[in-house]
Amino acid sequence: MHELSVTQSILDISLRHAKEAGAKQITAINLVIGEFASIVDDSVQFYWDLLADGTIAQGAQLHFERIRGEMTCTNCKHSFHPKETDFTCPNCESQFVQITKGDEFRVDSIDVE
Amino acid sequence: MTTRVPIVEKILSANDHMAEENRARIESAGVFSINLMASPGAGKTSLIEQTLSRLKDILRVAVIDGDIATSIDSDRAAAAGAQTAIQINTGGDCHLDAIMLRSALDQLDLTKIDLLIVENVGNLVCPASFNLGTQRSILVASIPEGDDKPYKYPGMYRGVQVLIVNKMDLLPYVPFNMDYFRKGLEVLNPGVVTFPLSCKTGEGIDAWTDWLVGQVKVAT
Ligand SMILES: Nc1nc2c(ncn2[C@@H]2O[C@H](COP(=O)(O)OP(=O)(O)OP(=O)(O)O)[C@@H](O)[C@H]2O)c(=O)[nH]1
Ligand SMILES: [Mg+2]
Ligand SMILES: [Zn+2]
Repeated sequence: MHELSVTQSILDISLRHAKEAGAKQITAINLVIGEFASIVDDSVQFYWDLLADGTIAQGAQLHFERIRGEMTCTNCKHSFHPKETDFTCPNCESQFVQITKGDEFRVDSIDVE
Repeated sequence: MTTRVPIVEKILSANDHMAEENRARIESAGVFSINLMASPGAGKTSLIEQTLSRLKDILRVAVIDGDIATSIDSDRAAAAGAQTAIQINTGGDCHLDAIMLRSALDQLDLTKIDLLIVENVGNLVCPASFNLGTQRSILVASIPEGDDKPYKYPGMYRGVQVLIVNKMDLLPYVPFNMDYFRKGLEVLNPGVVTFPLSCKTGEGIDAWTDWLVGQVKVAT
């Protein structure tokens, strides 16, 4: 499924930055993944091992940092950790809330040699 | 020697940004919008038809239908009384994304709409990862799919705010252990708003449309 293309994106980003840094080898990728991001660690590492084969990122370890979710009410600006079902603002009961933490799915840094 | 190169680049940044824009646009127009996701054939279009048959005279409803190639579903929505029915052909993609929704929104006059229903491509994996910008994500499960689906597709079951269990009329004919299904659901998405119903018999549809009307009132 699209985990493959997501893993490809991580690889593209990593290789681009490694090249800019003049690196010979990427040893680790440090990913930050929020509570609401639906990617599974295992499948990304699985695709990684296939896709990175033959690149300077071959054999790199993927590290996942998990971020607790947070929502912020667009009405009263109250921030809260939502119950997984009820995204209503606990302060003013507004339905209009935005995810302010927990949607992270980013490449934070890479370790290179 | 190992050095750390800071990057800080979002993988799905382009999509997320666009979804936020869509949401702001929909909210500022006072429209309530839902993203219906399900496996192929679970009954997304049937549910849209049932919903329209009850609400078309009291709400102005637009339907955006995502499909790989055909316009069968948007034709069904138009025939069922949608004020506007727009087809998005993804050209092979397994999910809608926020950019596709934006181009569909460009074809709509949001000021003339109360409720926007988006039917995603039939798929239990990929649509869950791509925010569209609707206020609610809704999963349409159905009895013949089997009771193990929460366990097999946790990303989808975890990522929705409302669950519809369709084809309840088939419960006597299909081996489906409701307790096992609910147990998986409780772990992933405790207390999720659930509507068991049948688009064939009409059982349970009123509870669903009552909820929908309530949400539209809050959004306006
Ligand atoms: N028995 C029974 N059949 C149903 C029910 N709801 C839908 N169906 C049938 O299920 C089949 C698929 O329904 P659709 O509404 O087209 O499903 P869909 O999810 O929109 O399918 P795709 O858009 O192709 O992914 C049709 O033959 C419907 O008549 C129901 O409640 N009970
Ligand atoms: Mg359909
Ligand atoms: Zn609030």
